[in-house]
Amino acid sequence: MSSDSDDLKDLYQEVVLEHSKRPRNYRVVEGANHEAAGHNPLCGDQLSVTMKVDGDLIRDIGFQGQGCAISRASASLMTGVVKDKTRAEAEALFEKVHKLVTEGPESVDVDSLGKLAVLSGVSEFPARVKCASLAWHTMRAALEGRDEAVSTE
Amino acid sequence: MSAFDVQRVREDFPLLRQEVRGRPLVYLDSAATAQKPQAVIDAIVRFYQHDNANVHRGVHILSERATEAYEGARETVRGFLNARDAREIIFVRGTTEAINLVAQTYGRKHVGPGDEILITQMEHHANIVPWRMLCEQTGATLRVIPVDDRGELVLDAVDALLTEKTRILAVTHVSNALGTVNPVKELTRRAHAKGIPVLVDGAQSVTHFPVDVQDLGCDFYALSGHKLFGPTGIGVLYGRLERLEPLPPYQGGGDMILSVTMEKITYNRVPHRFEAGTPNLEGAVGLAAAIRYLQALGLDAIAEHDRALMAYATQALESVPGLRMVGTAREKAGVLSFTLEDIHPHDVGTILDREGICIRTGHHCAQPVMQHFKLPATARASPALYNTREDVDALVRGLHKVREVFR
Repeated sequence: MSSDSDDLKDLYQEVVLEHSKRPRNYRVVEGANHEAAGHNPLCGDQLSVTMKVDGDLIRDIGFQGQGCAISRASASLMTGVVKDKTRAEAEALFEKVHKLVTEGPESVDVDSLGKLAVLSGVSEFPARVKCASLAWHTMRAALEGRDEAVSTE
Repeated sequence: MSAFDVQRVREDFPLLRQEVRGRPLVYLDSAATAQKPQAVIDAIVRFYQHDNANVHRGVHILSERATEAYEGARETVRGFLNARDAREIIFVRGTTEAINLVAQTYGRKHVGPGDEILITQMEHHANIVPWRMLCEQTGATLRVIPVDDRGELVLDAVDALLTEKTRILAVTHVSNALGTVNPVKELTRRAHAKGIPVLVDGAQSVTHFPVDVQDLGCDFYALSGHKLFGPTGIGVLYGRLERLEPLPPYQGGGDMILSVTMEKITYNRVPHRFEAGTPNLEGAVGLAAAIRYLQALGLDAIAEHDRALMAYATQALESVPGLRMVGTAREKAGVLSFTLEDIHPHDVGTILDREGICIRTGHHCAQPVMQHFKLPATARASPALYNTREDVDALVRGLHKVREVFR
């Protein structure tokens, strides 16, 4: 039975490891007008998302914080794809990623996800879904202008 | 052959006889909860098949048997801790409830505005939050004994922190996050020299070495059944009789009263005053079975096995490149906390899990001590009496695999 080791390879794909080691947009966005903090109390992961939103358009987005490889990679990938998207497009991506990491690659049109498809391995690891979702929940809270910290609990 | 045969011990634990993910299970998370020997499982089944009834009230034979089993369990715990009197043993849900009980009874009676409660930096949240809550209720202040970079208490700081305002010292016997064994006898001596009572959190200690509450001299000692190879939902508060007698009740209900009219209530004697409602009978029966099982193996033999395995595991883990042990106290028991390069402990835990190895990752409900080490989390392997050198070797192989994945 080699599927466990395949699952691991699916989870820790090269792209995931690369993004976790060298996360993109790891910064506070200058002149940000939206921000939120996210927290996974079970593991202590914390991150903050800052955004510059111009009308309906997300002009810039950055994140900072500490977490595991999955949460850092997910946050890094997110900042890459959400930039220059509209609010509605960002919301739609949130929904798709959420489905992808909870229900697996069969549940969504993976091709439409581009780079985010590397997160598909997460669905085999129920304990890690929160790691992958934290950045996304925080991004959504920042968009909605919610002040209270987001918690995965 | 040594008196303690770990392979034979393993046969007593049915859960360990399984493969997970195509590999033999390696369970190294006993500081979170320990597995149960067949003797405990059988005792619980036997209780329900033969003796179950409510205690302390029925006139019938089953109630007599159940009461005997429950009060017999109290006596077994008394012997295990070498308390003077079985009335000093109060059954609670676990260590958490034991500490809350003391905070809310002793605390309500003796703690007021301006008073101080002394704890340590390495406490589990269960020995922080109840005191924090008491401080909020009473206007008292929480003071903290610091830890050094080895994860030992800074003993030089203790005397200055024990002041005329200190109402209680609450300290863990063994740190669940670092494995440090604290010198609780010495701390008790120093606190008592100033007339200050001492509560010891024994959740992680009684599983690894014999504890004699009279020798320690402490006023309260708390422990959990489920970490002691017994069932969940049962624990013990030991309290010296002269400390318990003057305390008000904890919760109100049946069994904790002598008489009730709508005008006046007379509370029951110790320990029943602190055991409102029908107690966890199967829990007490199971806990007593666990203690008898440990006593049959020999508490000293278990301690020797655990000590030798800790020494072997410490050396083996330190051979893994990039591994940093968190908590390097001179005296440790049952806990190996570490980080591996800059790989997050959750990633370490996930990869080990796929190798069939169970460890804990996270802050271990001890965030203040994590903050001292400036770490959000560690990986924690916690061996127990049923673990072998082969388990440790599997862990080391797993950690090499983690390094491969993250290379």
